[in-house]
Amino acid sequence: MATDDIYILGIYMTKFGKYPDKDTVDLASEAVIAALADAQVTMKDIGVMAAGCLMGQGGIGQMIQKQVGQTGIPVYNVSNACATGATALRTAIMAIKAGECDMGLAVGVEKLAGVGLLGGGGTPKSKNKEWTPQGRFGSVTNVDGLIGTAAMPGTFAQVGMEYGHKYGGATFELFAKISEKNHAHSTLNPLAAYTKRMSLDEIMNDIMISYPNTRPMCSANCDGAAAAVVVSGAKLKTLSLEQQRRAIKVSASILTSDPYQEACQVLPDVNTLTRIAAKQAYEQAGVSPSDLNLVELHDCFATAELVHYDNLMLCEEGGAVDFFNSGATWRDGSMPVNVSGGLESKGHPIAATGIANIWEVCHHLRGEAGPRQIEGAKVGLAHVIGLGSACGIHILEKSAL
Amino acid sequence: MTITQVPLVDYLVLGDSPHLIANECTKCGARYFDRRNACASCFATDFKKVTIVNEGIVRSFTIVTFAAPGVPVPFVAAIIDCGGTSVRGNLANVEATPEKVTLGMKVKLTTYSLGADDNGLEAIGFGYEPA
Repeated sequence: MATDDIYILGIYMTKFGKYPDKDTVDLASEAVIAALADAQVTMKDIGVMAAGCLMGQGGIGQMIQKQVGQTGIPVYNVSNACATGATALRTAIMAIKAGECDMGLAVGVEKLAGVGLLGGGGTPKSKNKEWTPQGRFGSVTNVDGLIGTAAMPGTFAQVGMEYGHKYGGATFELFAKISEKNHAHSTLNPLAAYTKRMSLDEIMNDIMISYPNTRPMCSANCDGAAAAVVVSGAKLKTLSLEQQRRAIKVSASILTSDPYQEACQVLPDVNTLTRIAAKQAYEQAGVSPSDLNLVELHDCFATAELVHYDNLMLCEEGGAVDFFNSGATWRDGSMPVNVSGGLESKGHPIAATGIANIWEVCHHLRGEAGPRQIEGAKVGLAHVIGLGSACGIHILEKSAL
Repeated sequence: MTITQVPLVDYLVLGDSPHLIANECTKCGARYFDRRNACASCFATDFKKVTIVNEGIVRSFTIVTFAAPGVPVPFVAAIIDCGGTSVRGNLANVEATPEKVTLGMKVKLTTYSLGADDNGLEAIGFGYEPA
Protein backbone atom coordinates (compact mmCIF):
# COMPACT_ATOMS: atom_id res chain seq x y z
CA MET A 1 0.00 0.00 0.00
CA ALA A 2 1.30 3.42 -0.96
CA THR A 3 1.71 5.83 1.94
CA ASP A 4 -0.35 8.53 0.22
CA ASP A 5 -3.29 6.24 -0.52
CA ILE A 6 -6.51 6.60 1.44
CA TYR A 7 -8.36 3.66 2.98
CA ILE A 8 -11.71 3.08 4.62
CA LEU A 9 -10.74 1.54 7.93
CA GLY A 10 -14.18 1.15 9.43
CA ILE A 11 -17.70 1.77 8.19
CA TYR A 12 -21.27 1.24 9.35
CA MET A 13 -24.84 1.99 8.42
CA THR A 14 -27.83 1.74 10.72
CA LYS A 15 -30.84 -0.15 9.54
CA PHE A 16 -32.88 2.34 7.51
CA GLY A 17 -36.48 2.75 8.57
CA LYS A 18 -38.62 4.49 11.17
CA TYR A 19 -37.17 5.47 14.53
CA PRO A 20 -39.88 7.40 16.40
CA ASP A 21 -37.94 7.15 19.68
CA LYS A 22 -34.51 8.17 18.38
CA ASP A 23 -33.32 11.57 17.21
CA THR A 24 -30.65 12.35 14.64
CA VAL A 25 -27.95 12.48 17.32
CA ASP A 26 -28.91 8.98 18.54
CA LEU A 27 -28.79 7.54 15.04
CA ALA A 28 -25.54 9.30 14.12
CA SER A 29 -23.95 8.24 17.42
CA GLU A 30 -24.88 4.61 16.77
CA ALA A 31 -23.23 4.83 13.35
CA VAL A 32 -20.09 6.58 14.67
CA ILE A 33 -19.56 4.22 17.61
CA ALA A 34 -20.02 1.19 15.36
CA ALA A 35 -17.77 2.57 12.60
CA LEU A 36 -15.02 3.23 15.17
CA ALA A 37 -15.45 -0.31 16.53
CA ASP A 38 -15.32 -1.69 12.99
CA ALA A 39 -12.06 0.23 12.49
CA GLN A 40 -10.76 -0.91 15.91
CA VAL A 41 -9.94 2.67 16.89
CA THR A 42 -11.46 5.28 19.24
CA MET A 43 -12.30 8.97 18.99
CA LYS A 44 -8.82 9.61 20.40
CA ASP A 45 -7.34 8.42 17.08
CA ILE A 46 -9.51 10.71 14.96
CA GLY A 47 -7.93 13.97 13.74
CA VAL A 48 -10.82 15.46 11.77
CA MET A 49 -14.57 15.04 11.63
CA ALA A 50 -17.05 15.96 8.90
CA ALA A 51 -20.77 15.65 9.49
CA GLY A 52 -23.97 16.29 7.58
CA CYS A 53 -27.69 16.44 8.32
CA LEU A 54 -29.39 18.25 5.46
CA MET A 55 -32.78 18.90 7.02
CA GLY A 56 -31.44 19.48 10.51
CA GLN A 57 -30.14 22.56 12.22
CA GLY A 58 -26.47 23.52 12.05
CA GLY A 59 -23.82 22.03 14.28
CA ILE A 60 -24.75 18.35 13.98
CA GLY A 61 -21.05 17.40 14.18
CA GLN A 62 -20.59 19.02 17.59
CA MET A 63 -23.89 17.58 18.81
CA ILE A 64 -22.64 14.09 17.91
CA GLN A 65 -19.26 14.76 19.56
CA LYS A 66 -21.05 15.65 22.79
CA GLN A 67 -22.41 12.06 22.80
CA VAL A 68 -19.45 10.08 21.44
CA GLY A 69 -16.34 12.01 22.40
CA GLN A 70 -15.20 15.64 22.59
CA THR A 71 -11.50 15.72 21.78
CA GLY A 72 -11.15 19.22 20.40
CA ILE A 73 -10.58 18.18 16.77
CA PRO A 74 -11.88 20.35 13.92
CA VAL A 75 -15.44 19.62 12.81
CA TYR A 76 -16.74 20.50 9.36
CA ASN A 77 -20.53 20.60 9.15
CA VAL A 78 -21.29 20.09 5.49
CA SER A 79 -24.42 20.53 3.40
CA ASN A 80 -24.57 19.51 -0.27
CA ALA A 81 -28.09 18.28 -0.95
CA CYS A 82 -28.25 14.52 -1.54
CA ALA A 83 -24.46 14.45 -1.93
CA THR A 84 -23.99 15.57 1.68
CA GLY A 85 -22.69 12.21 2.93
CA ALA A 86 -20.22 11.84 0.08
CA THR A 87 -19.13 15.44 0.67
CA ALA A 88 -18.50 14.70 4.37
CA LEU A 89 -16.42 11.67 3.45
CA ARG A 90 -14.47 13.61 0.86
CA THR A 91 -13.86 16.43 3.37
CA ALA A 92 -12.23 13.96 5.78
CA ILE A 93 -10.24 12.48 2.89
CA MET A 94 -9.01 15.94 1.81
CA ALA A 95 -7.81 16.71 5.32
CA ILE A 96 -5.75 13.51 5.31
CA LYS A 97 -4.49 14.19 1.76
CA ALA A 98 -3.47 17.67 2.93
CA GLY A 99 -1.39 16.10 5.68
CA GLU A 100 -3.34 17.69 8.51
CA CYS A 101 -3.98 14.34 10.20
CA ASP A 102 -3.81 10.63 9.42
CA MET A 103 -7.28 9.52 10.42
CA GLY A 104 -10.70 11.09 9.91
CA LEU A 105 -14.36 10.44 10.56
CA ALA A 106 -17.34 11.18 8.33
CA VAL A 107 -20.97 10.82 9.32
CA GLY A 108 -24.31 11.54 7.70
CA VAL A 109 -27.71 11.29 9.31
CA GLU A 110 -31.30 12.17 8.47
CA LYS A 111 -34.77 11.72 9.87
CA LEU A 112 -37.23 11.73 7.00
CA ALA A 113 -39.81 9.06 7.84
CA GLY A 114 -43.24 10.42 7.01
CA VAL A 115 -41.95 13.70 5.60
CA GLY A 116 -43.70 13.22 2.26
CA LEU A 117 -43.01 15.11 -0.93
CA LEU A 118 -39.69 16.96 -1.13
CA GLY A 119 -39.26 20.17 -3.10
CA GLY A 120 -41.85 22.47 -4.51
CA GLY A 121 -44.72 24.21 -2.83
CA GLY A 122 -44.16 27.37 -0.85
CA THR A 123 -46.20 29.73 1.23
CA PRO A 124 -48.32 32.57 -0.09
CA LYS A 125 -46.31 35.76 -0.21
CA SER A 126 -48.78 37.86 1.71
CA LYS A 127 -51.94 37.41 3.67
CA ASN A 128 -53.84 39.77 1.44
CA LYS A 129 -54.10 38.79 -2.16
CA GLU A 130 -51.88 41.27 -3.87
CA TRP A 131 -49.97 40.62 -7.09
CA THR A 132 -46.53 42.10 -6.36
CA PRO A 133 -43.51 41.02 -8.43
CA GLN A 134 -40.82 39.56 -6.18
CA GLY A 135 -37.58 37.63 -6.41
CA ARG A 136 -35.19 36.90 -9.25
CA PHE A 137 -38.00 36.20 -11.74
CA GLY A 138 -40.29 38.99 -10.62
CA SER A 139 -43.03 36.45 -9.91
CA VAL A 140 -46.28 37.66 -8.41
CA THR A 141 -47.01 34.34 -6.69
CA ASN A 142 -45.43 30.95 -6.00
CA VAL A 143 -44.90 29.46 -9.47
CA ASP A 144 -44.61 25.75 -8.52
CA GLY A 145 -47.39 24.09 -10.48
CA LEU A 146 -47.91 27.15 -12.67
CA ILE A 147 -44.56 27.08 -14.46
CA GLY A 148 -43.62 23.43 -14.36
CA THR A 149 -42.81 21.54 -11.19
CA ALA A 150 -40.21 22.10 -8.52
CA ALA A 151 -40.96 18.84 -6.68
CA MET A 152 -38.41 16.06 -6.90
CA PRO A 153 -40.55 13.28 -8.46
CA GLY A 154 -41.50 15.48 -11.43
CA THR A 155 -38.04 16.97 -11.82
CA PHE A 156 -36.44 13.53 -12.09
CA ALA A 157 -39.32 12.24 -14.20
CA GLN A 158 -38.38 14.90 -16.74
CA VAL A 159 -34.73 13.86 -16.52
CA GLY A 160 -35.70 10.34 -17.59
CA MET A 161 -38.20 11.48 -20.21
CA GLU A 162 -35.60 13.79 -21.73
CA TYR A 163 -33.35 10.75 -22.20
CA GLY A 164 -36.26 9.05 -23.92
CA HIS A 165 -36.75 12.03 -26.21
CA LYS A 166 -33.07 11.95 -27.14
CA TYR A 167 -32.60 8.22 -27.62
CA GLY A 168 -36.06 6.56 -27.58
CA GLY A 169 -37.32 3.45 -25.85
CA ALA A 170 -37.75 4.95 -22.40
CA THR A 171 -41.32 3.86 -21.70
CA PHE A 172 -43.31 3.83 -18.46
CA GLU A 173 -42.90 0.04 -18.42
CA LEU A 174 -39.14 0.24 -18.82
CA PHE A 175 -38.78 2.61 -15.86
CA ALA A 176 -41.08 0.37 -13.81
CA LYS A 177 -38.88 -2.63 -14.65
CA ILE A 178 -35.87 -0.80 -13.21
CA SER A 179 -37.83 -0.35 -10.00
CA GLU A 180 -38.85 -4.03 -10.09
CA LYS A 181 -35.15 -4.96 -10.13
CA ASN A 182 -34.27 -2.79 -7.15
CA HIS A 183 -37.22 -3.98 -5.09
CA ALA A 184 -36.22 -7.58 -5.90
CA HIS A 185 -32.65 -6.84 -4.78
CA SER A 186 -33.87 -5.36 -1.49
CA THR A 187 -35.26 -8.70 -0.32
CA LEU A 188 -31.68 -9.77 0.45
CA ASN A 189 -30.81 -6.62 2.42
CA PRO A 190 -31.85 -6.78 6.08
CA LEU A 191 -30.91 -3.10 6.55
CA ALA A 192 -33.26 -1.83 3.82
CA ALA A 193 -36.33 0.15 4.86
CA TYR A 194 -38.52 -1.91 2.53
CA THR A 195 -37.72 -5.52 1.61
CA LYS A 196 -40.88 -6.48 -0.24
CA ARG A 197 -40.55 -7.88 -3.72
CA MET A 198 -42.98 -6.09 -6.02
CA SER A 199 -44.28 -7.34 -9.36
CA LEU A 200 -44.21 -5.12 -12.44
CA ASP A 201 -48.03 -4.90 -12.28
CA GLU A 202 -47.94 -3.82 -8.64
CA ILE A 203 -45.40 -1.12 -9.42
CA MET A 204 -47.22 0.19 -12.49
CA ASN A 205 -50.61 0.18 -10.79
CA ASP A 206 -49.48 1.81 -7.56
CA ILE A 207 -50.27 5.48 -6.90
CA MET A 208 -48.96 7.69 -9.71
CA ILE A 209 -46.87 10.50 -8.22
CA SER A 210 -45.45 12.16 -11.29
CA TYR A 211 -45.70 10.25 -14.57
CA PRO A 212 -43.88 7.98 -15.21
CA ASN A 213 -42.86 7.63 -11.53
CA THR A 214 -45.35 5.76 -9.35
CA ARG A 215 -44.81 5.65 -5.58
CA PRO A 216 -42.53 2.55 -5.47
CA MET A 217 -40.42 4.17 -8.20
CA CYS A 218 -39.59 7.06 -5.85
CA SER A 219 -36.88 6.96 -3.18
CA ALA A 220 -38.25 6.00 0.20
CA ASN A 221 -38.16 8.70 2.87
CA CYS A 222 -36.86 7.10 6.05
CA ASP A 223 -34.56 7.58 9.03
CA GLY A 224 -30.96 6.40 9.10
CA ALA A 225 -27.30 7.17 9.57
CA ALA A 226 -23.98 5.99 8.22
CA ALA A 227 -20.41 6.70 9.27
CA ALA A 228 -16.92 5.89 8.02
CA VAL A 229 -13.38 6.08 9.38
CA VAL A 230 -10.74 6.91 6.79
CA VAL A 231 -7.00 6.52 7.23
CA SER A 232 -3.81 7.31 5.34
CA GLY A 233 -1.80 4.48 3.81
CA ALA A 234 1.16 5.49 5.99
CA LYS A 235 -0.88 5.14 9.17
CA LEU A 236 -2.53 1.92 8.02
CA LYS A 237 0.92 0.32 7.69
CA THR A 238 1.38 0.77 11.45
CA LEU A 239 -1.92 -0.93 12.28
CA SER A 240 -2.67 -4.63 12.75
CA LEU A 241 -2.77 -7.13 9.90
CA GLU A 242 -6.46 -7.66 10.60
CA GLN A 243 -7.11 -3.93 10.16
CA GLN A 244 -5.03 -3.90 6.98
CA ARG A 245 -6.85 -6.94 5.58
CA ARG A 246 -10.29 -5.40 6.05
CA ALA A 247 -9.27 -1.90 4.90
CA ILE A 248 -10.81 -0.83 1.59
CA LYS A 249 -8.78 1.35 -0.74
CA VAL A 250 -10.40 4.59 -1.89
CA SER A 251 -9.02 4.55 -5.42
CA ALA A 252 -10.91 7.66 -6.42
CA SER A 253 -12.76 10.37 -4.54
CA ILE A 254 -14.38 12.96 -6.78
CA LEU A 255 -16.84 15.77 -6.27
CA THR A 256 -18.17 17.95 -9.10
CA SER A 257 -20.77 20.67 -9.58
CA ASP A 258 -22.70 21.23 -12.79
CA PRO A 259 -20.86 23.17 -15.47
CA TYR A 260 -22.96 25.60 -17.52
CA GLN A 261 -24.99 23.96 -20.28
CA GLU A 262 -27.89 25.36 -22.26
CA ALA A 263 -31.07 24.53 -20.26
CA CYS A 264 -29.25 23.66 -17.03
CA GLN A 265 -30.99 26.51 -15.24
CA VAL A 266 -34.36 25.44 -16.66
CA LEU A 267 -34.21 21.71 -15.86
CA PRO A 268 -31.37 20.57 -13.59
CA ASP A 269 -28.71 18.83 -15.65
CA VAL A 270 -27.72 15.76 -13.64
CA ASN A 271 -25.90 14.25 -16.61
CA THR A 272 -22.93 16.45 -17.42
CA LEU A 273 -21.49 16.64 -13.91
CA THR A 274 -21.92 12.89 -13.41
CA ARG A 275 -20.18 12.14 -16.69
CA ILE A 276 -17.31 14.48 -15.77
CA ALA A 277 -17.03 12.99 -12.27
CA ALA A 278 -17.03 9.46 -13.69
CA LYS A 279 -14.31 10.29 -16.19
CA GLN A 280 -12.16 11.83 -13.47
CA ALA A 281 -12.82 8.89 -11.13
CA TYR A 282 -11.86 6.25 -13.69
CA GLU A 283 -8.69 8.17 -14.49
CA GLN A 284 -7.77 8.69 -10.84
CA ALA A 285 -8.40 5.03 -10.00
CA GLY A 286 -6.83 3.70 -13.17
CA VAL A 287 -9.81 1.46 -13.80
CA SER A 288 -12.37 1.29 -16.57
CA PRO A 289 -16.11 0.73 -16.23
CA SER A 290 -15.65 -2.90 -17.32
CA ASP A 291 -13.45 -3.49 -14.26
CA LEU A 292 -16.35 -2.75 -11.90
CA ASN A 293 -17.93 -5.69 -10.10
CA LEU A 294 -20.79 -3.69 -8.63
CA VAL A 295 -22.22 -0.17 -8.71
CA GLU A 296 -24.38 1.67 -6.21
CA LEU A 297 -25.82 4.63 -8.10
CA HIS A 298 -28.25 7.36 -7.17
CA ASP A 299 -31.66 5.93 -8.09
CA CYS A 300 -33.59 8.64 -6.26
CA PHE A 301 -36.24 7.80 -8.86
CA ALA A 302 -36.44 4.95 -11.36
CA THR A 303 -36.18 7.56 -14.11
CA ALA A 304 -32.80 8.65 -12.72
CA GLU A 305 -31.23 5.20 -12.66
CA LEU A 306 -31.58 4.87 -16.42
CA VAL A 307 -29.64 8.02 -17.28
CA HIS A 308 -26.82 7.18 -14.88
CA TYR A 309 -26.08 3.88 -16.66
CA ASP A 310 -25.08 6.15 -19.49
CA ASN A 311 -23.47 8.93 -17.41
CA LEU A 312 -21.27 6.44 -15.54
CA MET A 313 -20.34 4.92 -18.91
CA LEU A 314 -21.59 1.49 -17.90
CA CYS A 315 -23.00 1.30 -21.44
CA GLU A 316 -22.49 2.92 -24.82
CA GLU A 317 -23.66 6.53 -25.07
CA GLY A 318 -27.39 6.44 -25.78
CA GLY A 319 -27.55 2.73 -25.03
CA ALA A 320 -28.99 2.68 -21.50
CA VAL A 321 -32.34 1.17 -22.53
CA ASP A 322 -30.77 -1.77 -24.36
CA PHE A 323 -28.24 -2.16 -21.56
CA PHE A 324 -30.98 -2.49 -18.96
CA ASN A 325 -33.06 -4.78 -21.15
CA SER A 326 -30.05 -7.10 -21.51
CA GLY A 327 -30.37 -7.90 -17.80
CA ALA A 328 -26.87 -6.58 -17.09
CA THR A 329 -27.83 -4.59 -14.01
CA TRP A 330 -29.61 -7.38 -12.13
CA ARG A 331 -27.49 -8.91 -9.36
CA ASP A 332 -26.69 -11.94 -11.53
CA GLY A 333 -25.89 -9.76 -14.56
CA SER A 334 -22.58 -8.53 -15.90
CA MET A 335 -22.80 -5.16 -14.07
CA PRO A 336 -24.87 -5.47 -10.88
CA VAL A 337 -26.41 -2.09 -10.01
CA ASN A 338 -27.99 -1.29 -6.66
CA VAL A 339 -27.84 -4.76 -5.16
CA SER A 340 -28.68 -3.04 -1.85
CA GLY A 341 -32.15 -2.33 -3.20
CA GLY A 342 -31.22 1.24 -4.03
CA LEU A 343 -32.85 4.37 -2.75
CA GLU A 344 -36.24 3.11 -3.97
CA SER A 345 -36.33 0.31 -1.38
CA LYS A 346 -33.29 0.57 0.89
CA GLY A 347 -34.40 4.16 1.51
CA HIS A 348 -32.92 7.63 1.22
CA PRO A 349 -32.18 9.37 4.53
CA ILE A 350 -30.51 12.11 2.53
CA ALA A 351 -27.23 12.90 4.30
CA ALA A 352 -26.65 9.24 5.20
CA THR A 353 -27.00 8.03 1.61
CA GLY A 354 -23.57 9.10 0.35
CA ILE A 355 -21.86 6.99 3.02
CA ALA A 356 -24.39 4.15 3.10
CA ASN A 357 -23.78 3.39 -0.57
CA ILE A 358 -20.05 3.16 0.18
CA TRP A 359 -20.83 0.85 3.10
CA GLU A 360 -22.69 -1.42 0.68
CA VAL A 361 -19.76 -1.57 -1.74
CA CYS A 362 -17.23 -2.12 1.10
CA HIS A 363 -19.40 -4.91 2.48
CA HIS A 364 -19.06 -6.82 -0.81
CA LEU A 365 -15.37 -6.04 -1.27
CA ARG A 366 -14.72 -7.41 2.22
CA GLY A 367 -16.72 -10.53 1.37
CA GLU A 368 -19.07 -9.85 4.27
CA ALA A 369 -22.34 -9.29 2.41
CA GLY A 370 -23.87 -12.67 3.28
CA PRO A 371 -26.69 -13.90 1.02
CA ARG A 372 -26.46 -10.86 -1.26
CA GLN A 373 -22.67 -11.09 -1.70
CA ILE A 374 -21.47 -10.43 -5.23
CA GLU A 375 -18.94 -13.24 -5.41
CA GLY A 376 -15.34 -12.25 -5.93
CA ALA A 377 -16.05 -8.52 -5.94
CA LYS A 378 -12.79 -6.57 -6.16
CA VAL A 379 -13.75 -3.12 -7.46
CA GLY A 380 -16.91 -1.12 -6.90
CA LEU A 381 -18.28 2.36 -7.53
CA ALA A 382 -20.58 4.50 -5.41
CA HIS A 383 -22.37 7.51 -6.90
CA VAL A 384 -24.62 10.22 -5.51
CA ILE A 385 -26.25 13.29 -6.98
CA GLY A 386 -27.44 16.24 -4.98
CA LEU A 387 -29.73 18.51 -6.91
CA GLY A 388 -28.46 21.97 -7.59
CA SER A 389 -26.12 20.16 -8.32
CA ALA A 390 -23.32 18.14 -6.71
CA CYS A 391 -22.05 14.74 -7.78
CA GLY A 392 -19.91 12.51 -5.60
CA ILE A 393 -18.21 9.40 -6.98
CA HIS A 394 -15.98 7.04 -5.04
CA ILE A 395 -14.23 4.02 -6.53
CA LEU A 396 -13.30 1.40 -3.97
CA GLU A 397 -10.96 -1.58 -4.15
CA LYS A 398 -10.48 -4.69 -2.08
CA SER A 399 -7.34 -4.81 0.07
CA ALA A 400 -4.38 -6.47 -1.61
CA LEU A 401 -3.63 -8.42 1.57
CA MET B 1 -54.91 54.87 -17.77
CA THR B 2 -54.00 52.66 -14.81
CA ILE B 3 -52.33 49.30 -15.22
CA THR B 4 -54.90 46.53 -14.95
CA GLN B 5 -52.74 43.51 -15.75
CA VAL B 6 -49.43 42.17 -14.46
CA PRO B 7 -47.48 39.19 -15.83
CA LEU B 8 -46.93 36.14 -13.59
CA VAL B 9 -43.20 36.61 -14.08
CA ASP B 10 -41.29 39.56 -15.45
CA TYR B 11 -40.01 37.59 -18.46
CA LEU B 12 -43.55 37.32 -19.81
CA VAL B 13 -44.39 40.33 -21.97
CA LEU B 14 -48.12 41.04 -22.30
CA GLY B 15 -49.91 43.12 -24.95
CA ASP B 16 -51.23 42.31 -28.41
CA SER B 17 -48.73 39.51 -29.00
CA PRO B 18 -47.64 38.00 -25.69
CA HIS B 19 -44.19 36.44 -25.66
CA LEU B 20 -41.28 35.59 -23.40
CA ILE B 21 -38.04 37.51 -23.19
CA ALA B 22 -34.63 36.46 -21.90
CA ASN B 23 -31.45 38.13 -20.75
CA GLU B 24 -28.89 37.22 -23.37
CA CYS B 25 -25.18 37.49 -22.65
CA THR B 26 -23.74 39.91 -25.23
CA LYS B 27 -20.45 37.99 -25.20
CA CYS B 28 -21.41 34.30 -25.49
CA GLY B 29 -25.15 34.34 -26.19
CA ALA B 30 -26.21 32.30 -23.16
CA ARG B 31 -29.84 33.04 -22.25
CA TYR B 32 -31.37 33.39 -18.81
CA PHE B 33 -34.83 34.16 -17.49
CA ASP B 34 -33.83 35.47 -14.09
CA ARG B 35 -32.24 38.73 -12.93
CA ARG B 36 -28.51 38.36 -13.60
CA ASN B 37 -25.32 39.22 -11.80
CA ALA B 38 -23.03 37.73 -14.43
CA CYS B 39 -23.00 35.04 -17.09
CA ALA B 40 -22.66 31.50 -15.69
CA SER B 41 -21.06 30.40 -18.93
CA CYS B 42 -18.46 33.09 -19.70
CA PHE B 43 -18.61 35.38 -16.61
CA ALA B 44 -19.35 38.54 -18.63
CA THR B 45 -21.73 41.09 -17.14
CA ASP B 46 -23.46 42.68 -20.14
CA PHE B 47 -26.87 41.41 -21.19
CA LYS B 48 -29.52 42.43 -23.69
CA LYS B 49 -33.21 41.56 -23.80
CA VAL B 50 -34.13 39.11 -26.55
CA THR B 51 -37.47 37.70 -27.66
CA ILE B 52 -38.07 33.97 -27.34
CA VAL B 53 -40.05 32.47 -30.22
CA ASN B 54 -43.54 31.37 -29.23
CA GLU B 55 -43.41 28.02 -31.02
CA GLY B 56 -41.52 25.01 -29.76
CA ILE B 57 -41.43 21.27 -29.22
CA VAL B 58 -41.84 19.28 -26.02
CA ARG B 59 -38.41 17.99 -25.10
CA SER B 60 -39.48 16.46 -21.82
CA PHE B 61 -42.56 16.34 -19.64
CA THR B 62 -44.11 14.80 -16.56
CA ILE B 63 -47.74 14.58 -15.53
CA VAL B 64 -47.85 15.69 -11.92
CA THR B 65 -50.62 13.95 -9.99
CA PHE B 66 -49.23 14.48 -6.48
CA ALA B 67 -47.94 17.90 -5.48
CA ALA B 68 -47.34 20.19 -2.53
CA PRO B 69 -50.42 21.44 -0.66
CA GLY B 70 -52.14 24.23 -2.58
CA VAL B 71 -50.83 23.10 -5.98
CA PRO B 72 -53.79 21.85 -8.08
CA VAL B 73 -53.25 18.54 -9.88
CA PRO B 74 -53.06 17.05 -12.39
CA PHE B 75 -50.94 19.27 -14.56
CA VAL B 76 -48.35 18.67 -17.23
CA ALA B 77 -44.95 20.19 -16.49
CA ALA B 78 -42.73 20.37 -19.53
CA ILE B 79 -39.48 21.57 -20.98
CA ILE B 80 -40.07 23.26 -24.34
CA ASP B 81 -37.37 23.74 -26.93
CA CYS B 82 -38.25 27.15 -28.41
CA GLY B 83 -35.92 27.54 -31.36
CA GLY B 84 -32.91 26.38 -29.36
CA THR B 85 -33.78 28.05 -26.07
CA SER B 86 -35.15 25.78 -23.38
CA VAL B 87 -38.18 27.05 -21.51
CA ARG B 88 -39.95 25.61 -18.48
CA GLY B 89 -43.72 25.73 -18.59
CA ASN B 90 -46.97 23.87 -18.16
CA LEU B 91 -48.86 22.47 -21.10
CA ALA B 92 -52.31 24.00 -21.56
CA ASN B 93 -55.48 22.99 -23.38
CA VAL B 94 -54.50 19.34 -23.57
CA GLU B 95 -55.71 16.37 -21.54
CA ALA B 96 -53.12 15.47 -18.90
CA THR B 97 -52.66 11.86 -19.99
CA PRO B 98 -49.71 10.00 -21.57
CA GLU B 99 -51.99 9.26 -24.51
CA LYS B 100 -52.47 12.95 -25.32
CA VAL B 101 -49.07 14.35 -24.38
CA THR B 102 -46.08 13.08 -26.31
CA LEU B 103 -42.38 13.81 -26.53
CA GLY B 104 -41.59 15.94 -29.55
CA MET B 105 -45.13 17.35 -29.90
CA LYS B 106 -45.40 20.86 -31.35
CA VAL B 107 -46.71 23.56 -29.05
CA LYS B 108 -47.14 27.32 -28.93
CA LEU B 109 -47.36 29.94 -26.20
CA THR B 110 -50.71 30.84 -24.74
CA THR B 111 -51.75 33.03 -21.83
CA TYR B 112 -54.49 32.80 -19.23
CA SER B 113 -55.83 34.77 -16.29
CA LEU B 114 -54.86 33.95 -12.72
CA GLY B 115 -57.58 36.26 -11.43
CA ALA B 116 -57.54 39.69 -9.85
CA ASP B 117 -55.99 40.65 -6.53
CA ASP B 118 -57.68 42.74 -3.83
CA ASN B 119 -56.83 45.90 -5.79
CA GLY B 120 -58.38 44.70 -9.03
CA LEU B 121 -55.04 43.94 -10.66
CA GLU B 122 -55.24 40.86 -12.90
CA ALA B 123 -52.27 38.47 -13.12
CA ILE B 124 -51.62 36.75 -16.43
CA GLY B 125 -49.81 33.42 -16.65
CA PHE B 126 -48.50 31.48 -19.63
CA GLY B 127 -48.40 27.91 -20.86
CA TYR B 128 -47.93 26.00 -24.09
CA GLU B 129 -50.81 24.48 -26.04
CA PRO B 130 -50.74 22.02 -28.93
CA ALA B 131 -49.90 23.85 -32.17
